[in-house]
Amino acid sequence: MNEDLGLPISHWRRLWLYAFGGLVLLFLIAPSLIIVPMSFSGSTLLQFPPQEWSLRWYEAYFQSVEWRDATIVSLKAAILTTIVATPIGVAAAYALNSRMLRMSGFINALMTASLIVPVILVGIGTFFIYARVGLNNTMTGLVLAHTVQALPLVMLTVLSGFRSYDMNQERVARSLGAGRFAAFWQVTVPQIRFSIVSGALFAFITSFDEVVVSFFISGGEVTTLTRRMFNALRDQIDPTIAAISTCLIVLSVVLLSMAQLFGRRR
Amino acid sequence: MTTLADTEGHLRGANADVLKADARRESLALLALCSPGLLLVGVIIVLPIGWLFWLSFFDENGMLSGSNYARFVEQSSYIRTFVTTFKVAFTVTGLCVLLGYPLAYMLSQLRQRIASVCLIFVILPFWTSVLVRTYAWLVILQRKGLVNTWLMNLGVIDQPLSLANNFTGVIIGMTHIMLPFLVLPLYASMKAIDSDYLRAGMNLGASPSATFRQIFFPLSLPGLASGVVIVFVLCLGFFVTPALMGGGKVIMWAMRMEQTTSLYSNWGAGSALGVILLAVTLGLLALLQRLFGARATGVWSAR
Repeated sequence: MNEDLGLPISHWRRLWLYAFGGLVLLFLIAPSLIIVPMSFSGSTLLQFPPQEWSLRWYEAYFQSVEWRDATIVSLKAAILTTIVATPIGVAAAYALNSRMLRMSGFINALMTASLIVPVILVGIGTFFIYARVGLNNTMTGLVLAHTVQALPLVMLTVLSGFRSYDMNQERVARSLGAGRFAAFWQVTVPQIRFSIVSGALFAFITSFDEVVVSFFISGGEVTTLTRRMFNALRDQIDPTIAAISTCLIVLSVVLLSMAQLFGRRR
Repeated sequence: MTTLADTEGHLRGANADVLKADARRESLALLALCSPGLLLVGVIIVLPIGWLFWLSFFDENGMLSGSNYARFVEQSSYIRTFVTTFKVAFTVTGLCVLLGYPLAYMLSQLRQRIASVCLIFVILPFWTSVLVRTYAWLVILQRKGLVNTWLMNLGVIDQPLSLANNFTGVIIGMTHIMLPFLVLPLYASMKAIDSDYLRAGMNLGASPSATFRQIFFPLSLPGLASGVVIVFVLCLGFFVTPALMGGGKVIMWAMRMEQTTSLYSNWGAGSALGVILLAVTLGLLALLQRLFGARATGVWSAR
């Protein structure tokens, strides 16, 4: 858009802006940049740069049954959340994209409510309602709660995919005799598939990184990685968490680049 | 002639009826598509919050009363929590504006390719777990952490500074987590400012700083306002970082809610805290919409 503003302000006169902006960018990225090498430290004191290198904290992570179980719970919840939230979110986006739906403003507001309601209230409320139906500390409960958190992200991502798609193509397919679902599946989905994949990736990471709701509703056999990390951090600074954090950072980088890649091809 | 016109009118009327019925059926079908999502949100968000709202108006004996709300103005511990929460929220929001506005401005002025690379620095932390980033700050800021070690090695300080497990730690950690929430909508709104306005201003003889002050800054205000409201609102209800970086000394609203409900099982009081928090949140969002229109609040979904 404004590839070059062409304003008579030289880069030199803006040097302070670039310097300040660069420092802020550094502030944003520094914690991730520092924690990764620290996780390879050989000593119990986390040093940067480490005096001696070792994989002992990664060994501690992978050999601990508790951490391993928590990781499996988190992965399972994230995969199931993606599987549940993606079709529901796509269906809602499809409906909201159409001008035929009445009360679409109201429905949109409801679907995105979990972005607006303070997450602590969602956590306490979910715990409260789950206590009555026995869903606390269950995988079903965890997946349902995470689905509600992921739903608006899937829906908004797919909605933005729909915006660059001409719905008339689906109408043409239907007028030529294709059934409603066939027209959607064979004509529309292939053209918005990149935003669907992006939405699914966002759903996965939303579930995997979610802390507050999991803090309230997960426990026992179904303790998520984030809940276990949160509790561990309340007590002391365990270097094992540096190794776990590094794995989580790598996961974010991978998922984000995938989403970016798919986003660009849209 | 007349009979034909009548028939035509009649047919058109019948046709309209059919179309209307079609539209109704279509609308219902679309509503059905939304229903799984609506059902989930209804059961997991709306129902419990409504229930808690109801509970907040009853005292311990199950009698209808305002005692849950009265204690917020009577008990000093609650007043302290509110003061702390707002102090933290104002400080963090202010810092985010100070750091985020110049950054977003710089990003909006850079060439697209360089800006996209710089944006990775904003988006990557944004999608990294809040826990991971809080842990990283704990490690960096603790007594024997990076900052203290480096400063002592350089001879700047003799005694380690207490940067974690207190107010300072909470502010640093929260500013880091909230900053992208301000930068992303602000950047989006700055990108949308037509550079022709700026060029016109300068052609008419305005200095670069006058162009910025009189044209660019006012046009960026809706984006800034929505960023500020998002950050402020998120700060008010933020739980993870204050709980971990505050060292038990900085009690914020969300931690208070957790304590009252799970530690003391006082659902009425906890709910009342939640009701006020939600009311403040919705109030601020409504105010934003009133002042800057739907576009500003729409940026909420920048996430």
